[in-house]
Amino acid sequence: MAATHAAEAIHEPSGFIRRYIFSTDHKIIGIQYLLTGMAVAVVAGLMAMLMRLQLAWPAVPRPWLEKLLPEAMAGGVMKPEFYLSLVTMHGTLMVFFVVSLALLGGFGNFLIPLQIGARDMAFPFLNMLSYWTVIPATLIMLASFFVEGGAAAAGWTSYPPLSALKEAIPGSGMGQTLWLVGMALFIASFTMGGLNYFVTIVNQRTKGMTMRRLPLTIWSLLFATILGLLAFPPLTAAAVMLLMDRHGGTSFFLPAGLFFGNKLLPHAGGTPLLWQHLFWFLGHPEVYVLILPALGIAFDVLAPFTRKPPFGYRMTLYSLIAIGFLSMVVWGHHMFVSGMSPYLGEFFSVGTMLITIPSAIIGLNLMASLWGARLRFTTAMLFAIGLISLFGTGGFGGIFLGNATADIQLHDTYFVVGHFHYMIGGVTLFGIFAGTYYWFPKMFGRMLNEKLGKAHFWLTFLAFYGVFLGMHFTGLGGQPRRYYSFVNFEYLQPFANWNVFITLCAFVLGATQLLLFANVVWSLLQGPRASSNPWEATTLEWTTPSPAPHGNWGAQAPQVHRWAYDYSVPGAPTDYTLQTVPERQVPVTI
Amino acid sequence: MEAQSRPKRTAESFLLAAVLWLIPLGIVALGAQRWFPALASEHGADIDLMMRYLLVTVGALLLAGHLALGFFIWRFAGQDRVSLRMASAKAERRWSLIPVVVMTLVAEGGVLALGLPVWGKLAGAAPADAVAVEVTAEQFAWNVRYPGPDGKFGRTDAQLLSLSNPLGLDRQDTAARDDVHLLNEVFVPVGRPVRVRLRSKDTLHSFFLPFQRIKQDVVPGMTIEIWFVPNKVGTYEIACAELCGFGHYQMRGLLQVLPSDEFEQWLREQPTFF
Repeated sequence: MAATHAAEAIHEPSGFIRRYIFSTDHKIIGIQYLLTGMAVAVVAGLMAMLMRLQLAWPAVPRPWLEKLLPEAMAGGVMKPEFYLSLVTMHGTLMVFFVVSLALLGGFGNFLIPLQIGARDMAFPFLNMLSYWTVIPATLIMLASFFVEGGAAAAGWTSYPPLSALKEAIPGSGMGQTLWLVGMALFIASFTMGGLNYFVTIVNQRTKGMTMRRLPLTIWSLLFATILGLLAFPPLTAAAVMLLMDRHGGTSFFLPAGLFFGNKLLPHAGGTPLLWQHLFWFLGHPEVYVLILPALGIAFDVLAPFTRKPPFGYRMTLYSLIAIGFLSMVVWGHHMFVSGMSPYLGEFFSVGTMLITIPSAIIGLNLMASLWGARLRFTTAMLFAIGLISLFGTGGFGGIFLGNATADIQLHDTYFVVGHFHYMIGGVTLFGIFAGTYYWFPKMFGRMLNEKLGKAHFWLTFLAFYGVFLGMHFTGLGGQPRRYYSFVNFEYLQPFANWNVFITLCAFVLGATQLLLFANVVWSLLQGPRASSNPWEATTLEWTTPSPAPHGNWGAQAPQVHRWAYDYSVPGAPTDYTLQTVPERQVPVTI
Repeated sequence: MEAQSRPKRTAESFLLAAVLWLIPLGIVALGAQRWFPALASEHGADIDLMMRYLLVTVGALLLAGHLALGFFIWRFAGQDRVSLRMASAKAERRWSLIPVVVMTLVAEGGVLALGLPVWGKLAGAAPADAVAVEVTAEQFAWNVRYPGPDGKFGRTDAQLLSLSNPLGLDRQDTAARDDVHLLNEVFVPVGRPVRVRLRSKDTLHSFFLPFQRIKQDVVPGMTIEIWFVPNKVGTYEIACAELCGFGHYQMRGLLQVLPSDEFEQWLREQPTFF
């Protein structure tokens, strides 16, 4: 055994391209995903800044923007069509090409083999293929801004008929086709990655690494992967059907009697609601695909900085399973007022409220993990604590929206925008940041600067609340989402100042991220070298040098003797006991 | 060692605890303000009750959660050894009962006790004496139609749609002859149920009456009926709440709620479409 492992470990490719570009090493691929996600985040974040600029000061001409975007900002004023393209692409990119890429692609690839004691993923080539499939998907998405009619503009949900007919909006021409192709490629990539994660976690665990000894990050990634694999295929089917409707003359989503520009369209027999069901059958599990790994990371970051095991490992696992199951059967809470049967509304309301139970257990366990702790306020820890706060505030907003009756007033208002930004914007982002500050030493062998990191945390945390809390309240006031401006409605005028405040906070939030970039660049060049276990943590990745070598472990793969959280074991020589320490040296506590 | 066990809290931990305490206080203070548009429908009171219930209960949970989180940080910051390493499996299960009970009562209980009865009532059939109005949405306007004295909407046919016949109304149908057509203005009597037939000619729209607590997507290919009882005279805004194209943000209509006799007189004075 050992001999073959050793032989594998030597197989490090020497050329730059095989090593860093078309690499099959899960660590390189993970870092590639993470960096790609961050690069797309810059683009999608700038889109948000443009949107907020428009919403705070609509119709104020900005000649400097006309120089930058001569067509979309003719006369320095944004076109409504361009605003909707920004709305659509900001959402699409952030959900699928930033958070999915960074959390699942990035941390998933980097951590799974390292935390389970494998030398690489089960299918390294498939892994590389998965990354190199998502790159064209990303480029196709971004390219859609430069085609005739502009990028897709029917929202990230792409509801037909708006998304099906170029007569309905210019973005539904070539831009929407590229959106669909990009999504299909993304799903293909995700499926390759997901299968790989699943097989790797189930099959490649090192000796002694039973499922019950896995860190919660791995558990959360496993559930997220299963959810994704089950939920994504219907959207692929829906995307193909929509492409057929658009180019093949079919009518899956298009009923008879559509009348555009004094012309009756020949479609007949379909219904737009079918798309909504298919989309949200993916879309709702997708938000859990994103949020579960962030929660798992939070548990794993809390443990070393509380110097104690997380509270309720088992209950957390059961809750993750319950959330995973329930998330597959509550998609209809996005459709309470869509025109589907009100009886279904009742079912989905009751079902959605059930999800609050396991979610609250996880929230409580995160909090209770601090009880009795020896706290260390590192940047990663601050982000993990901030994540708990965001998970609470965002989660409580969900109780309003999952309630069909309250949703009548709140549906498609800024309350929804605020809520989902807390959950799949905030919790996920804070999970990514916590993970980045925590595992950066393992990725690059250098420590990030803590002073810059803490400034990054505080500004991000406060600005985040400034942006998305206010949206909840303008939402209570009935401010609809996806509006290019609010000047046409008298009842929205009281919120004009709020919108300026939100925009200012958004600018702070956006600019603050420069601190992270500065930190990463500075630390890569100048940061102090990291030891193999700078945080004095217990999980397997900290047993190998920083950065981990090709093949992860030396001649011998690690052998696991205990669960992932043996901190502060009574009688142990240190307050952390690595998973590889045998029972005879330090007693096993679970 | 024992002498040093007094916690040494850093300014950072104080700041973090303070911020975690201030956040929910700020949220509660903001949440206590009046945000909803002034209520102007009967069932809206029930929706507002549901919403207030959520604001109070969820606000209390948010407050409790953050106060606890801040307290934990204040309490254990500076502690130089772990004072509780692990709870027993039994204790962990027992603590989990708290979220189970609280969420069942607050979230599920709220839906079952306050939410679904209102939802069911709204989803049920309109009272027989309801005034009938049809609203047909198009990019970016609301076509409003009244059935006229015969109380029957005339037949429409998509084949007849044109710029001059925006509803495709069939001249051959006798019921169509007394139909009344308006654009972007819905007139209704106060204190009587109003039954709105919603249709769309092109994309999805959503018929949103913020003051009446009504929101219903308008779906091409479907005729969806809703009803409500406006209970305050006045002029109210109608907004589109489902993305429908570049003019979505300016798809504004007006709901004119008139005293009952004024409404009857107004309706009599309207010219018919044909």
